[in-house]
Amino acid sequence: MSQSAVAPELQERPPRDPVVVFEHVSIGFEGKQVLQDISFSVRHGETRILLGPAGVGKSVLLKLADGLLRPDEGRIFVFGEEISAMQEKDLYPLRRRIGIVFQESALFDSLTVKDNVAYRLKEERVPEEEIQQRVTEALRFVELEHTLDKFPSELSGGMRRRVAIARAIVSRPDLLLYDSPTGGLDPITSTTIIELVVKQRDVYHTTSLLVTHRLQDAFLLASHRFNKEANQMEPLPEGHSDEQTSFMILNEGRLVFDGSTHDLVHSDDPFLKRYLS
Amino acid sequence: MKMNGIMPLTTLDRAAKKMVGAVQEYALLSGRALGNLFRRPLYGADIITQADTIGVGSIPIVILTGFFTGGVLALQTSASLSQFGAAGMTGQLVSFSMIKELGPVLTSLMVSGRNASGMASELGSMMVTEQIDAMRALGTDPLKKLVMPRIVATIIMLFFLTIISDVVGISGGGAVAVLMLGQDSSQYFHTAYQALRYADLIQGLVKPIFFGFIIATIGCYYGMSTRGGTQGVGRSTTQAVVAASVFIIATDFIISRFMIGIFGR
Ligand SMILES: Nc1ncnc2c1ncn2[C@@H]1O[C@H](COP(=O)(O)OP(=O)(O)OP(=O)(O)O)[C@@H](O)[C@H]1O
Ligand SMILES: [Mg+2]
Repeated sequence: MSQSAVAPELQERPPRDPVVVFEHVSIGFEGKQVLQDISFSVRHGETRILLGPAGVGKSVLLKLADGLLRPDEGRIFVFGEEISAMQEKDLYPLRRRIGIVFQESALFDSLTVKDNVAYRLKEERVPEEEIQQRVTEALRFVELEHTLDKFPSELSGGMRRRVAIARAIVSRPDLLLYDSPTGGLDPITSTTIIELVVKQRDVYHTTSLLVTHRLQDAFLLASHRFNKEANQMEPLPEGHSDEQTSFMILNEGRLVFDGSTHDLVHSDDPFLKRYLS
Repeated sequence: MKMNGIMPLTTLDRAAKKMVGAVQEYALLSGRALGNLFRRPLYGADIITQADTIGVGSIPIVILTGFFTGGVLALQTSASLSQFGAAGMTGQLVSFSMIKELGPVLTSLMVSGRNASGMASELGSMMVTEQIDAMRALGTDPLKKLVMPRIVATIIMLFFLTIISDVVGISGGGAVAVLMLGQDSSQYFHTAYQALRYADLIQGLVKPIFFGFIIATIGCYYGMSTRGGTQGVGRSTTQAVVAASVFIIATDFIISRFMIGIFGR
């Protein structure tokens, strides 16, 4: 595709242009309404954390943002294009600029770790040596370079999640969608994964939308930054939070909160208070 | 179950709507997959892998069923024919039946049992584990990458498997006629060959093209519409085999009627 034609335009774009916009989006399945009248936007370079109880429609919202599902009502824009009105075949070039980490990893179980990560590059006919180099780089980012020739079924859940992250970032996407990257993992592995997300945010400044139902992970993300020299995550000074990171909370199909970390912790809303406690 | 007069009607209505929806989706899937046939990228490697699993893997069962079908045809027809003193026509009847009907239909049913189910379960598991969504998210059209190679490979392989089945079936009939019924081998093969016309061959070779298309599209359709976890995969798998088999036999009737209308035999 016209990757090179897109790139210069990207650099000219004002840095705070919205990358994802939802306008009055509703969707239901078999008569059951899941999301109702959702509107929000994710600006360039921002990390937005989407919280909400189980089954509220967080995964559905993320799939809507990648055009994998279509809204019943409302409009969705990604990179300024209205994906809710595009045909499936026109979505493929757009999706190449988006990386998504599925809730259950969704690795191709018949391919090795290396081929999973290399999948998109191979489809785009990138030269073999470049694939080799970028796959190794992506797997080093998630600290899994030793698993190249293993199959997904031979990995632990946390390792699979990290391979899924490597697969999403290998093409250097302009937008990252993470679906519950820490779901079902122990606290130590969760922290490792959050550290990767923080690293991606602070080193590459990729715009991202992250779903989680673990509050502690969300606050970890908002209250830490990545120290490149030490190659690890470190807490921000007491009382500070990352400016590019903000929150959205879904409840019963509606967006009940959209704002900064500060607004969230100081909110008087009874539901939010109960949810946060 | 409780019945209150109106309910059966509404369930019927809903079932009919569901059915129409399914047919529509099936047509859409087949149409889109075919539309992709000549659009790049071509996925040649995927076609070859599929051809290998569908074709090479099916050869043993096709040979076995072909041989015994030909054999039993020879047994039955010669028993009937000898009542009219026409046992010498055994070869002709076996080759007619094998080439026009049993070769294509039995081969397709065998391949459908093996591969329509295989496709439905493979694509079904990919569906329920979100691998299909992951593929779409990574910028690949699953209709192009998964469905199209299966259709092409099944059609090509079924065509050749049918020829193998015809040849083995006629030989099996010959073996039975000569070794068990004591008929003259040159007479058997002479009548088997002589009675054939191009129309018969065309009829016998057009069928596997349609049947191959049916097997692959039905298998993929049930796979891609799988819902509800591993149980759903099991359900799709059986449904795919049943639907493909019924569809093959019904289509066989239609093609035969049509061909007889054209060629008069
Ligand atoms: N493809 C689908 N078909 C039918 N219903 C669906 C489909 N996808 C999601 N749903 C329904 O939508 C609702 C929201 O599902 P979703 O997976 O988005 O929840 P979630 O917020 O991600 O939950 P969790 O935190 O457990 O992952 C559920 O009730 C689910 O049954
Ligand atoms: Mg979810």
